[in-house]
Amino acid sequence: MNARTVSAGLGVSIVGFLLLVALTAGWIAPHDPFEQDLMKRMIPPAWMDGGSVEHLLGTDQLGRDYLSRLIYGARISLLIGTLTVVTSGLIGTALGVVGGYFGGRTDDIVMFVITCRLAIPLILVALTVVALIGSSLTVVVLTLGLLLWERFAVVARTTTMQVRNLDYVAAARAAGASTPHILLREILPNIMTHLVVVATLEMALAILLEAALSFLGLGVPPPLPSWGLMIAEGKDYMFFSPWVIVVPGVALFVLVFGINLLGDGLRDFLGVSQRR
Amino acid sequence: MIEVRDVYRHFGGRTGLFSADRVVRAVDGISFSLAKGGVLGIVGESGCGKSTLGRLILGLLPTTSGDIRVEGQSLADLDRRERARLIQPIFQDPYSSLNPRQRIRDIVGLPLAAQGAMPAAKQRAEVMDMLARVGLSAEMAERYPAQLSGGQRQRVAIARALVLRPRIVVCDEPTSALDVSVQAQILNLLADLRRELGLTYIFISHNLAVVEHVATEVAVMYLGRFVEQAASDDLFREPRHPYTRALLASVLTAEPGIAIPDVGLGDIYPDPANIPSGCRFHPRCPIAADRCRIESPIRPPKNGRIAECLFASDPVRIQS
Repeated sequence: MNARTVSAGLGVSIVGFLLLVALTAGWIAPHDPFEQDLMKRMIPPAWMDGGSVEHLLGTDQLGRDYLSRLIYGARISLLIGTLTVVTSGLIGTALGVVGGYFGGRTDDIVMFVITCRLAIPLILVALTVVALIGSSLTVVVLTLGLLLWERFAVVARTTTMQVRNLDYVAAARAAGASTPHILLREILPNIMTHLVVVATLEMALAILLEAALSFLGLGVPPPLPSWGLMIAEGKDYMFFSPWVIVVPGVALFVLVFGINLLGDGLRDFLGVSQRR
Repeated sequence: MIEVRDVYRHFGGRTGLFSADRVVRAVDGISFSLAKGGVLGIVGESGCGKSTLGRLILGLLPTTSGDIRVEGQSLADLDRRERARLIQPIFQDPYSSLNPRQRIRDIVGLPLAAQGAMPAAKQRAEVMDMLARVGLSAEMAERYPAQLSGGQRQRVAIARALVLRPRIVVCDEPTSALDVSVQAQILNLLADLRRELGLTYIFISHNLAVVEHVATEVAVMYLGRFVEQAASDDLFREPRHPYTRALLASVLTAEPGIAIPDVGLGDIYPDPANIPSGCRFHPRCPIAADRCRIESPIRPPKNGRIAECLFASDPVRIQS
């Protein structure tokens, strides 16, 4: 057990635990996350003065159970993270593999598109799109997914360039294999480990961006319990009841931290097993 | 069987907006023909263009000009499936020529699968038959390349190359990445399969001993050209080009106490982007005269032999 295995294990545990929480939210949440009770506003968590066991993490400004909202919020965060990464992963990998494999003029075009994307200020575009179309889960996922692909593209492109010159690609061409076969069966499986690592980084980024958008009121619309939205809704009360922003803040930190640990662990683990 | 006529392959051109043209003449006018069942050994030092020539013959690179015909059909006119049925490669390094993410049965089955329209059971039977022919047991089919030794991997590469029963196999240094103890096994396997399946080999190597062992004809390549080409026996008995003589002199012996031989070629490395005038070998040639700088030594083949040296028919001078 060295430090790396410990941190990777920690990452797996955190992400696994939150995944489980998100999947079983309907059963483990003690209350309905949408149910308001104005008689029970701003009850502090159980361990503070005035707290009660009925609401372990207290209630928010509308009397909704904070723990239940946090549990359902994990669902939103992971859903957005996963869907965004799938969308951006498909776009970025396709662009990168095509540019890296064909090279020449095709690669010039791919590089130009990547450069254009890098010149776009992410938050600004996300804000504009959401402001124009209106906010919903789908809009947030599509906006982030259509913007966060550049790291996939860069990594897929460079790793494809390394792999395409290997003899097994030449052997497949000499064997009469079609270009789609070469791209999907010979090259893609051999760059997948790098892409998985990128995916974890991008997922953490997407979750943070969603929280940021929701905080600005342009992410998922209320009353959906997004962690970013919870922080936004709690910010007016933070001087008197700091836990309303500390609780979702810590949850966000732990999830992103866990995903990053998982990503580092995957990189080390997959990197070692690739050596011969 | 295979006929290569005036094939050129140049790389590069302008590398930047303000830099001068830099054209690498990797293959610079090569012609040969090889009959069915023959083995053409191509020898030469690193960077002489022998691997590029191999890729041209495989159709992996387009030629700059010239024509390659197999059984009368021009390679340029064939689609990828037809070409695959005629010519297959065996590469040098079996660690990079097998996809680490695929099982052996899929690697060997790829040429069959790429042809399309073959029932899975039949494909599997062909793969198993081929594995048996190259001396691999049936359970190897389910393994991944990482679970095999270097020699076993090269057998897999041979099985993949032969599963379509091609006419011609381009072997690009097929043994030089292997342990010495395994090299002989692989060479013998290649020789046996050639006899059994009636194959024609183009055998690229820098190892003269290997070439002498397998080749019926030998071509010595220098800066993109065959500077000498002859039947194997003739070439090794009576080399006519000073470069061939130097290569033969450079063969290491197992004799202890004999140092690495000095072949008298100097330490100027030939540059395919800047090929010398006249005879391309003259800056390194031990017997070069003034006229070698100006006069091209390229002559039509005589009695089936090529020796691109102005003094090729002057044995006294060559011996010196």
